[in-house]
Amino acid sequence: MPPFRLKDAVHENRLIVNRITAASAFVILLTAGLIARLVFLQVFGHEYYTMLAHDNRVKISPLPPTRGLIYDRNGLLVAENVSVYTLEIVPEQVEDLEDTLQRLQAFLTIDEDEISRFNKLMKRNKRFESIPLKLRLTDGEVARFAVKRPFFHGVDIHARLVRHYPYGALVSHVVGYVGSINERELKRLNVAEYRGTTHVGKVGVEHSYEAILHGHTGYAEIETNARGRELRVLKETPPQPGADLHLTLDIELQKIAYQGLGEHNGAVVAIEPSSGDVLVLASKPGFDPNDFVYGISGKEYRALQTSPDRPLFDRTLRGRYPPGSTIKPFIGLAGLEYGVRDSHTETYCPGFYQLPGVSHRYRDWKRWGHGHVDLAMAIVQSCDVYFYDLAHDLGIDRIHDFLHQFGFGQRTGIDISGEKSGLLPSRAWKRRARKQPWYPGETLITGIGQGFLQVTPLQLARSVAILANRGTLISPHVAAYTVSGGKSVPWGKAETQEKIKLSPRNLQTIIDAMIAVVHSPRGTARRIGQGIEFKIAGKTGTAQVFTVKQEEEYRAEKLAKKLHDHALFIAFAPADDPKIAVAVIAEHAGHGGSVAAPIARRIIEKYLEQP
Amino acid sequence: MIASVPHLSSRPQSLWQRIHLDPVLLSGLVILAGIGLLVLYSAADGNMVMVYKQGIRLGIAFGIMGLIAQIHPRTFYRWAPYFYAGGIILLIAVLVLGDIGKGAQRWLDLGIIRFQPSEFVKIFTPMLVARFLSQNPLPPQMKTIALAGGWILLPTLLIAKQPDLGTALLVASAGFAVLFFAGIPWRLLGILAAAGLAAMPALWFLLHDYQRDRLLMFLNPEQDPLGRGYHTIQAKIAIGSGGLWGKGWLEGTQSHLAFLPEPHTDFIFAVWAEEFGLLGCIAMLILYLAIIARGFFMALQAQDSFSRLFGAGLSLTFFVYVFVNIGMVIGILPVVGVPLPLVSYGGTSMVTVMAGFGIMMSLYTHRRLVPS
Repeated sequence: MPPFRLKDAVHENRLIVNRITAASAFVILLTAGLIARLVFLQVFGHEYYTMLAHDNRVKISPLPPTRGLIYDRNGLLVAENVSVYTLEIVPEQVEDLEDTLQRLQAFLTIDEDEISRFNKLMKRNKRFESIPLKLRLTDGEVARFAVKRPFFHGVDIHARLVRHYPYGALVSHVVGYVGSINERELKRLNVAEYRGTTHVGKVGVEHSYEAILHGHTGYAEIETNARGRELRVLKETPPQPGADLHLTLDIELQKIAYQGLGEHNGAVVAIEPSSGDVLVLASKPGFDPNDFVYGISGKEYRALQTSPDRPLFDRTLRGRYPPGSTIKPFIGLAGLEYGVRDSHTETYCPGFYQLPGVSHRYRDWKRWGHGHVDLAMAIVQSCDVYFYDLAHDLGIDRIHDFLHQFGFGQRTGIDISGEKSGLLPSRAWKRRARKQPWYPGETLITGIGQGFLQVTPLQLARSVAILANRGTLISPHVAAYTVSGGKSVPWGKAETQEKIKLSPRNLQTIIDAMIAVVHSPRGTARRIGQGIEFKIAGKTGTAQVFTVKQEEEYRAEKLAKKLHDHALFIAFAPADDPKIAVAVIAEHAGHGGSVAAPIARRIIEKYLEQP
Repeated sequence: MIASVPHLSSRPQSLWQRIHLDPVLLSGLVILAGIGLLVLYSAADGNMVMVYKQGIRLGIAFGIMGLIAQIHPRTFYRWAPYFYAGGIILLIAVLVLGDIGKGAQRWLDLGIIRFQPSEFVKIFTPMLVARFLSQNPLPPQMKTIALAGGWILLPTLLIAKQPDLGTALLVASAGFAVLFFAGIPWRLLGILAAAGLAAMPALWFLLHDYQRDRLLMFLNPEQDPLGRGYHTIQAKIAIGSGGLWGKGWLEGTQSHLAFLPEPHTDFIFAVWAEEFGLLGCIAMLILYLAIIARGFFMALQAQDSFSRLFGAGLSLTFFVYVFVNIGMVIGILPVVGVPLPLVSYGGTSMVTVMAGFGIMMSLYTHRRLVPS
């Protein structure tokens, strides 16, 4: 316990040497600890961390394929990809988005819809990704922005490929359109294939041939930094562009059909009987499919939806019309085939028909009647009474069974979705659907194509084609072949060549009658039979929309247009070697012979003059 | 006595001794600085401007070292209390009117120069403690130890308050290193260690949120891999993927692709580890150990207790730097802002470290030719 200690240099020296030795040991120990940890990380953990490092820096980025083009049968482009200028913003590079938008609006019109879409996209995308603000800039807008570009950091004009339909409304229903993928489609689609794709076929061929038009998505392995910014492409699997689709459709014929309908709404379908190629599939009015490609505004869409003309409605596949007198050749053939009539049996037509013991008069369109008519004359003049009587004798079940063979009441199976089956009534159907018995009067009006019977224009055209084929069935289709990588592949179902068993003699009776409709002086479509070298077999039809009361007369001028009769016409030509079968329906256009038949003739003429 | 220290003979002073530099330590430092520039070039993605800037800083730092080496140890001894007092005043000034950088007040802006007073304190604290302890016979008595502890604690707390945990830790360890070399009893060391462990839960409540975050992340970085644990995980990936041989200079992917945050500053060791592998890491550690060993040797050769304590203390502090930085990068210590000496990009701490080496050279080369 010394109160005072002398400094002892030797002692202090030894002490410090000891402590430095201890510190050295401490330093070496800790360094060994560091090395142990490094060995753990770099030797034992090497594989694991190498894997993590690889995952870290490689991002798989999809390369969306270019959508296949769509052509008509003559090689005219009906759906193409055009590059359009879009005004795009990279949010990360813009200092004050609000201010930038305001300054842009000073010389560009940017509406609410565009801003809300932009905001939606901005939330979904990364901040360094380019987001479209305004689509389809005009040349003027491009020029105006180009001048001011230095003052807009992070805003630029980009060229993007956008689907374009050069024929617009003309083929709007058949070709359809593409639109932004929605939530429902996202669940249905193959997520891997559609990563990077923004648009998908919504309706028409664009929808039904989505799988081949879309192509296959490619992938790029892209080196990124931790913020996901792309630095360099390491490996690339290029996308396979979608196959080009060539349709059976003939744009020229489609134009004739569309323009021929004039002011009337309606549908025209033309089929090549030998192949089932659909040449015309026109539904009027149409709409501009280009409006749908980058999102139609709510207002515009509502306008299309609520329009009384129903432009979005595909009449060819979904429109259900009473066939009217166009059903008569089939009913007549049924009478011959079932042996209920022969070609010479005459029926007296006083202008009306009465069921035994019933006072109700079923009127003929000709008030004073056709007098004595055989089957051929009944078809040529479209005598209703003859067919009331025939239908009565056939009975609804035989009518149903016979018409069923021609495809009435069933979907044709065309390669566009959304087709309706129409309605071919029968006793069983009425019991099931209406919970009512069948009344004999309903058979009569079925015989003249009224009542419950409903056909789609496509069904009607197919049945005409089958008739033209002398019973051979066909599958109507719009796809002809696809071209992928320079290789052409025929598309479509193999024809089964099924045939309805029909007597050739009976068939010829009906076909001759139909020729007479066009080419005889008393035929209802005689006006179109003038001045052509070949023979057209046709049948006019007038379908009632409005039931005239028992004691009244149908007077078109007194009725609102929407209550006017539909005008129908079916035809095939040349009658002895049919190349084309046509069905025309002009809504509320009155008599089939005056409006519908000329359209059919123009189509037929145009088609047959082609080499 | 003379026989046991043969080189303290009366032969003429060497050139090195006359310019007061130690060639061995100097070459170690130059090699290290060269390696530092090499890694920096890679970490900065070939940005030569950064390499030039760092080169200039290194030049200045070596210059300062050379200048300080000329100062006689006597001056350090005499001025130690004033330096220390000045440092404390500056620390208080920073707390009162310092710049706010990264949510922490560290800088003092004097118009022309911005500087961190805590850097000076890293040297002034062990300087004062060494003087204080060497005034009494060694080993120090309890009362002396307690007082020295007070001198250490005062700047440590002031710096921790800024808050700059890393620097506070370095200042405390510099002072404590001197105490250790002065020979505080092992028993007391054990008790202090135990007390420190026991005080940890209490310290927890004194920490700032971001400091707690760092500690939590250190304990379990995978808990928030893209957020707070990101640095640690990315550094581990960089190091681990380097393997035994490394990917080669400029071939590292993690640092170049910016997965590694701030690869050129605190985390530069990860770049080295990724590009030069385990062997490169061991080589670098050996180089650091060589510098520290030379420091210890030079301290031993010094002729008075103040010089020995001060020199050894600075050497050990240098090791603490290295250990804390590398330990942090390889994930065995929490993330605290301690740069890798002479390699990390940045000037302030480099100047301090080189000033320390200047002092060590001064202590070593200013020897009387005849032992006292």
